[in-house]
Amino acid sequence: MARGGQGTQAGEGAAAGSLRHLLSVADLGADGIAEMLRVTDSFVEVSERAIPRVPALRGKTVVSLFFEDSTRTRLSFETAAKRLSADTMTFSASTSSVKKGESLRDTVETITAMGIDAIVVRHGSAGVPWQVARWTDAAVINAGDGWHEHPTQALLDCYTIGQARAGAASDVEKVFAGLRVAIVGDVAHSRVARSNVLAFAALGAEVTLVAPPTLLPPSLAGWPVTVSHDLDAVLPGAEVVYLLRIQRERASEALLPSLREYTAGYGLTRDRSRLLRPDALVMHPGPMNRGVEIAAEVADLPCSVVTRQVANGVAVRMAVLFLLLSHPAQLEPGVAVDG
Amino acid sequence: MSADDVRRAVTRIAHEIVERNHGLEDIALIGLQTGGAPLARRLAETLGQIEGTAVPVGTIDVAFYRDDIGIRPVLPEAVTDISFDLSGTTVVLVDDVLFTGRTVRAALNALTDYGRARAVQLAVMVDRGHRELPIRPDYVGKNLPTRRDELVDVTADGVVLGDVIAR
Repeated sequence: MARGGQGTQAGEGAAAGSLRHLLSVADLGADGIAEMLRVTDSFVEVSERAIPRVPALRGKTVVSLFFEDSTRTRLSFETAAKRLSADTMTFSASTSSVKKGESLRDTVETITAMGIDAIVVRHGSAGVPWQVARWTDAAVINAGDGWHEHPTQALLDCYTIGQARAGAASDVEKVFAGLRVAIVGDVAHSRVARSNVLAFAALGAEVTLVAPPTLLPPSLAGWPVTVSHDLDAVLPGAEVVYLLRIQRERASEALLPSLREYTAGYGLTRDRSRLLRPDALVMHPGPMNRGVEIAAEVADLPCSVVTRQVANGVAVRMAVLFLLLSHPAQLEPGVAVDG
Repeated sequence: MSADDVRRAVTRIAHEIVERNHGLEDIALIGLQTGGAPLARRLAETLGQIEGTAVPVGTIDVAFYRDDIGIRPVLPEAVTDISFDLSGTTVVLVDDVLFTGRTVRAALNALTDYGRARAVQLAVMVDRGHRELPIRPDYVGKNLPTRRDELVDVTADGVVLGDVIAR
């Protein structure tokens, strides 16, 4: 609706604007992702100001409910909430009554009873955010559930690619149409990989997974991807190289002969970085194991956008919180739309 | 208003801005997204022709400052673009239609995040009445009495009221 058009009808709710929870990237679809990225542009501008704070969510309370260790995601969400003027509360399982044996359901119901508006959940088990959404009236945001999904990571990755490729997210569909993305590493144990495959494919990218067979899920039926075990063959064509974190335990679990063996076959070493296209982007969700999946020198090359991913993470999470919490419970008739 | 009427109103408002401020020193124009943005640019062009000096122009989106967040879907329509410090300037806020005054209230809040302007003035193409806040314009293209449920649209081709062009 044009801003000059002034009536009493409430404006249109965009697809992303009518979302109650953000549990999976699949909830958004291509249009929802594009909408989210468009709104993120505005929050990037807010983040660049001398005083990076707007009053949009005054009086709202956002709880981070973390059952797994996390620094960057929790801080990123809390920074985002504070920049929107929302109040924040932190719940970490290690210092709470979960230790005394409180069930997840009781924990969620207790927090909900305090009168909160959003719960940001991270849990080691897949599906927990869906369960939490059934027990609360608050908006639920999945900040990582087991090996399943991490939707805000996928959104910030899409935003970062759009920003690097087009300057702004406005042309996001054009940027992603036919974009060749290689996701390299421990796909089997990666929620980042699952959410990113969904998001990149929804936007029209061609995704190739590159990993040793032991680090791929047992079945890739239904995944919109191609698979390769040869990074050297994939690198020259890849416009985006997305490296996943290799957890050191994977070697002791006999999934890898050794970390050095992994680096030799699948690490983005300095030698291998010469195969990169001149315009390729190198991405990593963090925290990086320098010397394992990515060589220290490569992480610091200009084509690496790892720190930009972190910076954009705050703006993307502001967009997610704003779109979920600014959504009216029901439209009040007779409220003048503009003016 | 026809396109010519709008053009004449822009010229008159430009002269009024120069007259009231004794020139264009430290004047900056800020257009409200989205309707006020093209109007601010036209106004700056006209001011340049009158006085021969370039006036800084910015645009502001007030979505995050609105008081109806949670009552109706509120989404930013464009990215705010103010590339100069507002401290010490006289800001002329520009919008196409002044209605309840709530958008202008939000804009006044938003402006304070970009510096402390020496003064803020308000220029609108159409004042359609029905104010809900104590806000009045300094420069008006046309006072246009309307019903609350009517639509007012300001375009390059003129001002449209409902489906009829008001003259």
